[in-house]
Amino acid sequence: MHAFTRLTAVAAPLDLPNVDTDRIIPARFLRKPRGAPGYATFLFHDVRFNADGTERPEFVLNRAPYRGAKILVVAENFGCGSSREMAVWALDANGVRVVIAPSLGDIFHQNCFKNGVLPVLLPGEVVADMRAQLHAMPGATMTVDLEAQTVTPPSGAAQRFEIDPFRKQMLLTGRDEIALTLGEEAAIAAFEARHAAEMPWLVV
Amino acid sequence: MFDKIWSRHVVAEGPGGHALLYIDRHLLHEGATHAFGRLERAGRSVRRPDLSFATADHYVLTSPGAPALDAEIGAMIESLARHAAAQAITHFGVGDDRRGIVHVIGPEQGLTLPGITLVCGDSHTATHGAFGALAFGVGSTEVEHVMATQTLWQRKPKVMRITIDGRLGPGVGAKDVILAVIARIGAAGGVGHAIEYAGSAIRAMSMDERMTVCNMSIEAGARAGMIAPDETTYAYLEGRPFAPKGDRWAQALAAWKALPSDPGAVFDRDVSLDAADIAPTVTWGTSPEDALPITGRVPDPDREGDPGRRRSMQRALAYMDLAPGTPLTDIAVDRVFIGSCTNSRLEDLRTAARIVDGRRAVVPAWVVPGSGLIKRAAERDGLDAIFRRAGFDWREAGCSMCVGINGETARERERVASTSNRNFEGRQGQGVRTHLMSPAMAAAAAVTGRLTDVRTLGR
Repeated sequence: MHAFTRLTAVAAPLDLPNVDTDRIIPARFLRKPRGAPGYATFLFHDVRFNADGTERPEFVLNRAPYRGAKILVVAENFGCGSSREMAVWALDANGVRVVIAPSLGDIFHQNCFKNGVLPVLLPGEVVADMRAQLHAMPGATMTVDLEAQTVTPPSGAAQRFEIDPFRKQMLLTGRDEIALTLGEEAAIAAFEARHAAEMPWLVV
Repeated sequence: MFDKIWSRHVVAEGPGGHALLYIDRHLLHEGATHAFGRLERAGRSVRRPDLSFATADHYVLTSPGAPALDAEIGAMIESLARHAAAQAITHFGVGDDRRGIVHVIGPEQGLTLPGITLVCGDSHTATHGAFGALAFGVGSTEVEHVMATQTLWQRKPKVMRITIDGRLGPGVGAKDVILAVIARIGAAGGVGHAIEYAGSAIRAMSMDERMTVCNMSIEAGARAGMIAPDETTYAYLEGRPFAPKGDRWAQALAAWKALPSDPGAVFDRDVSLDAADIAPTVTWGTSPEDALPITGRVPDPDREGDPGRRRSMQRALAYMDLAPGTPLTDIAVDRVFIGSCTNSRLEDLRTAARIVDGRRAVVPAWVVPGSGLIKRAAERDGLDAIFRRAGFDWREAGCSMCVGINGETARERERVASTSNRNFEGRQGQGVRTHLMSPAMAAAAAVTGRLTDVRTLGR
């Protein structure tokens, strides 16, 4: 997993609430291996492209100032629905490293952390104001600093955000979580012995 | 109940309220192929293959004959079988009657038990919470983590109790209950929460019905939904192939009886619904929260005060090709799908068959049973004959048109009356319009060709 520390980049606003992971990556692409040719085009595919493969000019990421945005500022419950981690893989394939939202689908939220994509939760009115700034100043950049836990929108007024210290540390270091947990092997083995004694009916 | 299960599975405490949680059961489907591949490349193996169970459901065709639409999809099915064999994981594969939708066969086989932690790389894993288990969906990296360590780092969610008291009216079932719940709290209402469903209407439900309710917790934003175990739960589980037997059963039963939340337990949020207020419910939009009683009309975005909500309603109505004010019962459908992990169990099929019996489907209609065993049981009851006589397509088990990942999608611009769980844009195929409803309501739509209040069909 790549680490995340600090980023200044173009940010794009997505105003609709409840953007589900089916919309972020349609089901027919899920069998493709991560990094397959054209993986980046799977992102928002059916709202981003016409049937003939041409771009839909009205979609925000197809508009010149927002093209290549690495920060998305979204609305309530972004990433709801299916657990498909490919939604984050598709964001990552497009260079998106930060998703700023009032709320995120719980599984999508977790999947972001596993892939070096920083999810930032801020109050709805703060996020709505950031989206308004990005609409007013197309192509404006924002800065996200994980160490300091701040987001600086185009207006320049830095906002502090809260993040779970465990997830923060994992993101800052880009550490492999499985390797970390394998370091807990003694604790896992001890738990298993105790658990099997307490709930012997769970043995298959 | 949630706290009791959580605390008994904590292996280690981490920073920020994180716990390393032990996982008692790990269910796998073809989507696990990606995680198996990474595990293999890292030179790791599955730590507890005896606690891992696999089945092919998402990618398998539900028509008789070849299991897969094309070589690429076939490779997903073969890859799961190969990895499961290499890791010595029990696999209910193609040709095995025990094969079926992962959330249907877990309970059916007795793998799902009260008080356990259970995960699967699928958001509808909350289904298993109907047994008083802590069950939730995980992403691909978490699947790999469970494979390698049998644990997950999790932050404890808040717990919301949803109480439904009273008696459901005729023609109203578990699907209507959960759609009404989602309409009430919203598609984001349960974000950050596990939901415990309680109340006399829940207690009166069978296990098949409870699974329908818990299944759609994720559509209310909650990763987990659960119902305290009781005599209904125990009666369902006793004698299932992987359920405990003999002395083990007695031991388990004693422990399970101590699981329900204590009287006076405090929840982070409490919501109540009166069962008598719930009508047969259908969705009109592209989020499961866009649900209304069938007696209603398509809502008018101009009457919506919140600008964000208004925009999404406008977009939903444009996608669904519906005009505000249209009575829901005026909406004609092109196709009917009865199936999915929400509504493909024997009781669902029986309910639909009762409506269909002696009538004819006037649009193409599919029944996709949740497992091979359910299909056989339905055939023993003669349900297949009822559906076939009515012109329904009686198919093999699988996820099928709920997600269309196997290529079984509706045609562009078709309108589908569906017993599945998601009415998202493109969910059942590009440009396809989905209306979610109960098996009884989907059966009614099949025989009338439009959204229909099943109560008017008199059964």
